[in-house]
Amino acid sequence: MGVRQRVEIIKVLYRDASILILDEPTAVLTPQEADELFHILESLRQQGVSIIFISHKLREVLELADRVTVIRRGRVVGETKTADASQAQLAEMMVGRQVSLSVTKGEATPGEPVLQIRDLQVLDDRLQVAVDGVSLDVRAGEVLGVAGVQGNGQTELVAAITGLREVKGGKVLINGKDVTNASPRAITEAGSAHVPEDRQEDGLVLSFSIADNLVLNTYYLPPYAHGLSMHDEVIRKRAVELVKEFDIRTPSAMVPVGNLSGGNQQKVIVAREFSRPIRLLIANQPTRGLDVGSIEFIHKRLIEKRDDGVAVFLVSAELDEIMGLSDRIAVMFKGKITAVVDAQKVSKEQVGLMMAGSTLEEALTQAPGPQESAPEIIT
Amino acid sequence: MTEKDTSQLPPSDGKGTESLAEDFRSNAVRDAVLLPILSVFTGLFIGAIIIIITDNTVITAWRHVFDDPLAAIAATWTSISVAYGALISGSLGIVEIWHGIQAMMQGQGSAELGVAMIPLAESMTQSVPYIFAGLAVALGFQGGLFNIGGEGQLLVGGLSSVWVGYAVTGLPWFIHLPLALLAGIIGAGIWGAIPGILKAYTGGHEVINTIMMNWIIISLSAWLLKVGGPMSREKLPITPEVLPTAQIPQMFSTQGNRFHWGFFLALAVAAFVWWLLYKTTLGFEIRMLGANPKAARYSGIHVRRLYVIVMTVSGALAGLAGSVQTLAVDHWVGLGFSGGLGFDAIALALLGKSHPLGVVLAAILFGTLRNGATRMQSVARIPIDIITIVQALVIVFIAAPAIIRWIFRLRTGGEAAAPIFTKGWGS
Repeated sequence: MGVRQRVEIIKVLYRDASILILDEPTAVLTPQEADELFHILESLRQQGVSIIFISHKLREVLELADRVTVIRRGRVVGETKTADASQAQLAEMMVGRQVSLSVTKGEATPGEPVLQIRDLQVLDDRLQVAVDGVSLDVRAGEVLGVAGVQGNGQTELVAAITGLREVKGGKVLINGKDVTNASPRAITEAGSAHVPEDRQEDGLVLSFSIADNLVLNTYYLPPYAHGLSMHDEVIRKRAVELVKEFDIRTPSAMVPVGNLSGGNQQKVIVAREFSRPIRLLIANQPTRGLDVGSIEFIHKRLIEKRDDGVAVFLVSAELDEIMGLSDRIAVMFKGKITAVVDAQKVSKEQVGLMMAGSTLEEALTQAPGPQESAPEIIT
Repeated sequence: MTEKDTSQLPPSDGKGTESLAEDFRSNAVRDAVLLPILSVFTGLFIGAIIIIITDNTVITAWRHVFDDPLAAIAATWTSISVAYGALISGSLGIVEIWHGIQAMMQGQGSAELGVAMIPLAESMTQSVPYIFAGLAVALGFQGGLFNIGGEGQLLVGGLSSVWVGYAVTGLPWFIHLPLALLAGIIGAGIWGAIPGILKAYTGGHEVINTIMMNWIIISLSAWLLKVGGPMSREKLPITPEVLPTAQIPQMFSTQGNRFHWGFFLALAVAAFVWWLLYKTTLGFEIRMLGANPKAARYSGIHVRRLYVIVMTVSGALAGLAGSVQTLAVDHWVGLGFSGGLGFDAIALALLGKSHPLGVVLAAILFGTLRNGATRMQSVARIPIDIITIVQALVIVFIAAPAIIRWIFRLRTGGEAAAPIFTKGWGS
């Protein structure tokens, strides 16, 4: 990881570029790799290269940039010097109102394990081992976050748990029931909800209305259907309720989901998955590409679910998100879980080192612990 | 897919926002209705140009346009009006029907009206197989499957129905006729299911396999129907005549009027397909599969089983086209019986935007054009191929709506209104 990014940058430099445009360059980097990138960018800046740095991570923007332009809905809403700006200010400009950047959550009260994964083996599309002997427990009323740079087997892990990819070896249990290689429907009916990584590809049918998308995996159950016959009125009424409850901004519940903004599309998925009676919530990159306001909303709902006693399995490449939401953190590297740690006992830097392949001992000695580091801020 | 920004709009409980929702819908409706109509209009217009430039009289007149410009214009007008006049009178016969009604009012009996009704009745008769076959392809499109096997499936349907129609004897009509129809449905259903099974369990592409299934049944029927073959008559390469107990009755006694009850069966089946697609869980699954197969899997649908179901029902619908045509009109099956109907069906499904109502309207249009073209050929000596060109043009415009939008300066509609068949197929 990070190598491709470097190749891209070398390609640009080789051509003597005087303007460098980077669009979310840190999405696939560990914090350490991101720091390295910033050093390179810093030296380029000193050599007189103009850099346009597009990011939704406010911390990075403040760290790197001289001037900031905030764009909202395709319009410039403000410009400022980074020296005069704070994260909260920028967030407010982005969303148009005050947002709370940090997640407030109480102590978790974990119960029985709901999801149990034992020695799981999964192959990727190229038939290479992508998940290599993973064992994890997620207990009722806790958030287990999987931290890892994208492409270390998280996608395959989630697909295998949710029945979308074949399990080669090992076991998956939900509520003690063996659901290894069960159908996605059987797994849903076992009480699990899944916020998929790619909302437009997997989670939504863009040409369908919001109402239809809200029953995408419950359409065959009463009260939405009896036998073959579907009840449009019931579906529509339920949709109007959910649109209101989950603050989905739309003129009507009958609008095609493809016409909504990304944040509102994700809210449709969240509304569908969170409004069912569930015991297990599997959320993969639940806030990727969303605006600060939507992120705040989804984080709040996620913690609410945890407090209701749902077991939350959170996968995110966004380390800040993992740090802010998780009660326990499992670090995934090259298909293996290299460490499972109490989220309050490690610092972001330590987790970052483990994401890059360090062992727990190495990470704990080489990076400052949580007391020394600044309070976490979620963007 | 563009993401239209709606986030600054108030939630849906606010007042006055319903009109925005109406906007979304009316845009989609406009695209679905206006574009096909303009496509047909433009197709006929270009057809007229082709008629002119292939008409020697008109060309000669234009050579002397400086001597007599009026004659050139007159010749042009005559050429088009004779051709399209024949097309209209041969397919609708509205003027003749009006005269017939007048005659009846004056107490001259209904004989003239009966004769005048023949063109219109024949147009409707010719639409019947188009409706069934168009529905077959449309259902496939809705499920993301491209059934090019209509041609073979309707041949299987026709052969099965005709076989039950002449080989099974001694049954009353109310058993014999349904049995003959059922034979066609089952036979063609199986013929469609085979590529469905291949798609679901081996990944074999349905386009390839439905085409191959066409060749298999076309060659098989050549053997079945050859003189001395298992299904042929003694001296003719066609099947024996269907017994009267298995025939779908024709509704009028007027000589030459072939209109039959199958038309209403076709409308009923179209209504059934609409209900299936839009009012049942199975239809929800089919449409989901067509619009986003990955989401269909995510939602827990048994995707493989659904592929087989869609292809079976699609095959059965195409089979009905063959069954009804043979049991009501032809009463026997010969070689080349399907005559490209299975391929025209693809055009119909596109023109009808894969919606059952759209397919019915498109089928009636095609039936009418085909029927009128026969008269155009005999009266105006315009070859029937002109109509084939017009149909092809219409499909081009439907498939590339940007052309029509450009010609008529239409605003681009909502992206979400894009036709469903562009997904699943080819992706």
